[in-house]
Amino acid sequence: MSIYASEKLAEIDEQSRKARRSKKWNNFLHMVGNHSVLIALSAIFILPLYLVIVISLMNKGQAETRSLWPHPFVWHNYLEVFTAVPFLKWTLNTLFVSVVGTIGTVVSSVPPAYVLSRLQWKGRQTTFLVILSTMMLPGQVTMIPVYIIFSKLHWIPSFLPLIVPSFFASAFSIFLLRQFFTSIPDEISDAARIDGCSEFKLMMRIIVPLAKPAISAIALFAFLGSWNDFFGPLLYIVENENLWTLGIGLNAFQGLHHVNTNMMMTASALFMAPVIIIFFFSQKVFIEGVTLTGVKG
Amino acid sequence: MSLPRLRAAASFTKKGAAAPPRKKLKVPRLFIFLCLSPWLFGIIFFTAYPMVSSFYQSFTKFNLIESPKWVGLDNFHRMFFEDDDFWKALKNTIWISAISIPLRITFAIFTAWVLTKPKRGSSIYRTIFFLPSMVPAVAGTMAFTYIFNPAYGPVNKLLEAIGIKEPPFWFLDPQWSKWGLILLGLWGIGDTMIIFLAGLLDVPKSLYEAAELEGASGWQSFRYITLPMMTPVIFFSGVTGVIGSFQYFTQAYVASGQVNDYSHSMYFYATHIYFSAFKAYEMGYASALAWVLLVITLLCTLVILKTQKRWVHYPNGSLFK
Repeated sequence: MSIYASEKLAEIDEQSRKARRSKKWNNFLHMVGNHSVLIALSAIFILPLYLVIVISLMNKGQAETRSLWPHPFVWHNYLEVFTAVPFLKWTLNTLFVSVVGTIGTVVSSVPPAYVLSRLQWKGRQTTFLVILSTMMLPGQVTMIPVYIIFSKLHWIPSFLPLIVPSFFASAFSIFLLRQFFTSIPDEISDAARIDGCSEFKLMMRIIVPLAKPAISAIALFAFLGSWNDFFGPLLYIVENENLWTLGIGLNAFQGLHHVNTNMMMTASALFMAPVIIIFFFSQKVFIEGVTLTGVKG
Repeated sequence: MSLPRLRAAASFTKKGAAAPPRKKLKVPRLFIFLCLSPWLFGIIFFTAYPMVSSFYQSFTKFNLIESPKWVGLDNFHRMFFEDDDFWKALKNTIWISAISIPLRITFAIFTAWVLTKPKRGSSIYRTIFFLPSMVPAVAGTMAFTYIFNPAYGPVNKLLEAIGIKEPPFWFLDPQWSKWGLILLGLWGIGDTMIIFLAGLLDVPKSLYEAAELEGASGWQSFRYITLPMMTPVIFFSGVTGVIGSFQYFTQAYVASGQVNDYSHSMYFYATHIYFSAFKAYEMGYASALAWVLLVITLLCTLVILKTQKRWVHYPNGSLFK
């Protein structure tokens, strides 16, 4: 065995000597290879966004010629889209639904997540399992009766069906928050309780501030969820044009009069812009949030 | 019937021992109930009741104006034996799932894997790869149907420039429209990729070092270390992929609206439910469709769960034992 080992060691030694000699060159080649694959992939990911932006700056004639660069630049498109269609109203409607929905989700999801992670009680595990299984439940199964409830309340068409349910907690947000709350050491709570801190105060004053990253993540997900939502508005507000959100308005674009088809891209670019800006400012929150909901339970 | 106790209380309260301030350490039942009440209300009125109600409705004829009329299994008979659109939608859905779920997983692993390679600058690439997954589905779909348009979209021009003689007509061609949707899905791979990236970064470095000492090639260490370590993530994406693909709606709906999909090549299961319920106002039939969807999803999930013992490798024990 020792002979074998020494042979092996010699071999490794030889290899490492060789390796050292060509290490620099090798590293360089690797770097070039990696970065060229990554740059090629980046180009593919960026291409659609690039094309949307350049087409949004073309005039109608040029937009239909498969060009790759605007000539001339029609910055005017970005003003025209506001006068040709009620773009501002759509934006404000979308913003309203998204902001109220986000507030609702955060306010209603923190307390259940808190009691599911920071307190021991009978039925806790069962409750958590129920929440997990509702996350997996296809929305189509509950969609029709929920629609009927809202129509009996005479809430269709209105924003109410889009915002009221968010005040009754979302399973996904509870799940994400619970994962984070569980990671906060119990000792913090124990110390506060011994000092006579009430459970509500403990939640609001100690745990919530500590969980800021997770709370910002669910707020972001909730905001984007409503901002990007199409199916909800399609069911509940499509009948009243005054309530249209960006998604509904944009989808109806083709049928609208006095609109150049290339302005569809202008409107799309404006629809994407807030999301992309938000992303650049909150990338870390995002990526941590997505990771937290993955299998690393 | 013992009272559940706080962990803290349990640790230093014994029978008869001098008790610390017990009142404070009791389980605050009222507080728990109040905290859970919004969720409880939601699950009763937006989940439990609707499930029971739609289950009942699936055996009725119900047009929203008259009250539901019991028809037994008629809806299911109609679905399986008379409704061609049902079979069309089901076929389309199975076709796109069978292709896009494995493709998405492969592409997510690949993009995540190349992101772990460079020593510097990977966060810039990560941002770029992730960005499209944030784009609103409607905007993304409109963009794709426009830029992939054979007449005025630039994509086919670029394809011709790199030597593809007759690029497909994408969304305008029933043979190719689903591929357009698949590409749209792959473009938005970002969120899946991030989960895979987290998984890849979790693989202990020591395993790769050991493999290198043993003289394993790059492919071998990928095949025998990376891939087995990633099976839980692959399993997870498989399950969520199946659940998601039966609910695939917005992109298909918007795209078929943009291009007049007369041959129904982008007509999927969720689209069929939507049209049955909110265009034809056949609430009973649509409920039956929804319940069949639930059963199909559950069956697929069960099959994946059953096979997981054979291929999913859990370093720290299973999540779904």
